[in-house]
Amino acid sequence: MLSIKNLQAKIGDKQILNGINLEVRPGEVHAIMGPNGSGKSTLASVLAGREEYDVTNGEVEFLGKDLLQLSPEDRAREGVFLAFQYPVEIPGVSTINFMKTALNQIRKHRGQETLDAVSFLSVMKEKMKLVEIDQSLLNRALNEGFSGGEKKRNEIFQMAMLEPKLAILDETDSGLDIDALRIVANGVNKLRSKDNATIVVTHYQRLLDYIVPDFVHVLYKGKIVKSGGKELALELEAKGYDWIKDEVAVA
Amino acid sequence: MSVIAAERNITHDVAAWITRNMQPSPAVRSLTEQATASFNRLGLPGNKTEEFRHTPIYRTLEKNFDFSLANQSGDINPAEFLIAGVDANILVFINGVFSQKHSLVISPASQITITSLAEALAANPELVTAHLGKYADHQTDAFAAWNAASWKDGVFIHVPDQAVVEKPVLIYHVSDKTKGQVITVNRNLLIVGKGSAVTVLEKFDSKGTSNCFCNVVTECTVSDNGELNFYSIQDDTASHYNLKQINQQDNSRVNTFTFTLNGDLVRNNLHLTLDGEGIESHMYGLYLLKGSTIADNHTAVDHKKPNSFSNELYKGIMDESSKGVFNGKIYVRPQAQKTNAFQANKNILLTNASAVNTKPQLEIWADDVKCSHGCTTGQLDEEALFYLQSRGIQKETARAMMLYAFAAELLQNIKQPAIADYLDKLIRGRFNKEF
Repeated sequence: MLSIKNLQAKIGDKQILNGINLEVRPGEVHAIMGPNGSGKSTLASVLAGREEYDVTNGEVEFLGKDLLQLSPEDRAREGVFLAFQYPVEIPGVSTINFMKTALNQIRKHRGQETLDAVSFLSVMKEKMKLVEIDQSLLNRALNEGFSGGEKKRNEIFQMAMLEPKLAILDETDSGLDIDALRIVANGVNKLRSKDNATIVVTHYQRLLDYIVPDFVHVLYKGKIVKSGGKELALELEAKGYDWIKDEVAVA
Repeated sequence: MSVIAAERNITHDVAAWITRNMQPSPAVRSLTEQATASFNRLGLPGNKTEEFRHTPIYRTLEKNFDFSLANQSGDINPAEFLIAGVDANILVFINGVFSQKHSLVISPASQITITSLAEALAANPELVTAHLGKYADHQTDAFAAWNAASWKDGVFIHVPDQAVVEKPVLIYHVSDKTKGQVITVNRNLLIVGKGSAVTVLEKFDSKGTSNCFCNVVTECTVSDNGELNFYSIQDDTASHYNLKQINQQDNSRVNTFTFTLNGDLVRNNLHLTLDGEGIESHMYGLYLLKGSTIADNHTAVDHKKPNSFSNELYKGIMDESSKGVFNGKIYVRPQAQKTNAFQANKNILLTNASAVNTKPQLEIWADDVKCSHGCTTGQLDEEALFYLQSRGIQKETARAMMLYAFAAELLQNIKQPAIADYLDKLIRGRFNKEF
């Protein structure tokens, strides 16, 4: 589904990704872990199409398309979804209107009929249950004044609405208490299927107790330096990241 | 010597224009004479005048107008400019001249008197002269002097005590400049009685490609416990000098809304004098500019007595090579303790060629007050734009959503639904918001 080859990217003069290789197939959950500054969020941003980053080398193929050639909105329409580490507050734009616009533009792109207000609301109500989000929150301006947990829940709600093929969760666990973490993880798990894939970007192992990965990759200095199964996450939790750094230094 | 003599002096040209267009009523002769003298003494403000530093009104008048010409008579059907679906009193002015046949007063005489100012002056000179020229300052403001000396006509509104006027008063100024330049000088007088309430809306439209300059002065006095809602919609291709001087008495409430969507050079002076206690005043403004429009909002609120509240929010979006100017003065006089006065001005610049000059000016002589001001100028938030795009929303749609949201915040303060709907449509139209 997603094939990343030798991906290199920089922001300004600073080289951050130094040749990432990653294959993601439908149904899989990949965790990307690594110390701060290793390039985890950059990878997520580059995949979603954030413009500040310059891709200097490499290629990314998503469902047969050259992902790097697509605008952020077209990536979303093709089925990429980024759950933001810091969801943006947008005063004056109501969450419901925003979601209706987004969903209908995506449906149009996919050749599906757009939803009228009534059918949109019924879809919305169904998805709200998944992430235990209250409608009063969605009646408000997008993320404005939301708590950290509410913002992250809203991200997963949007993911449920847009039904992406590839979801990238960027530090979705940061700033969440254990209850909010459980709700968010439950939502993600309910959305998992054999047809879609998830990339979980995280610093801590905690989230992976709830969203169990098939593969764990350790990113360090812009490269994947180690890959393994879910037990690698536990090892990292127990031993920290220093032994990885030492291994890289020896090599 | 000869070079200087050949240079055009617009003050002289306008003074001659005033002489030819002098307000003829003997009932206001002394005001007319004083104002003429003031104009001659003051002269038109040039770009060295602090209050006009960013607004080249002298140059605009010099470049675009020939003051020896008389107006072409207007011949236009104003129907296309009227706000549909509002049950209202309607007054139409075409090229500054009151058009009886297009006007319609539906409110009962027990609630409100609405006539042209010239008519009111003839019918009830004592009442009119007791107020006319008593609020707007023609001693220091050359445009106000020009107006006082040579106003052609305008609207007179008198709401007696304890009358709530249900239907709003809509004043349409339509400039027909298809056949040549138009210069209009109009004057309005609003007297709102004790415990009364009225909503007034003025709207400016134009047709044709010639130049137009509208000098409109509105004087309002709002008595104890009275309420005035005043909307201005400038959506034409003319240049404007628009002065509103509103005097408020104890416990009165005033809400002003100033929307500038088009124009050549627009200068709005909005002055509120809070001459009482327990007063509440809200000033809202929105300027959505494009092309080479210059829109300048100078506002002043003068707290003269204790325990009053004023709040101001002006927002602007400047596109292409347009320019916005905001100057907000707040005066709190020594005896005006326990004053609350707030001011905010927020701007978005969409291009490198657009600009805004914003200046808060607070002068506070009392010590037990709460006052704040803030201004922001920036571009559209790129991170927010990316957020919307990352959900599959096209960049242009995302941009429109954000600009609309920025502008529409002001509409939340409008209590008249029909007017709010109309303005909402205008704003949506500006951003091509279709979703």
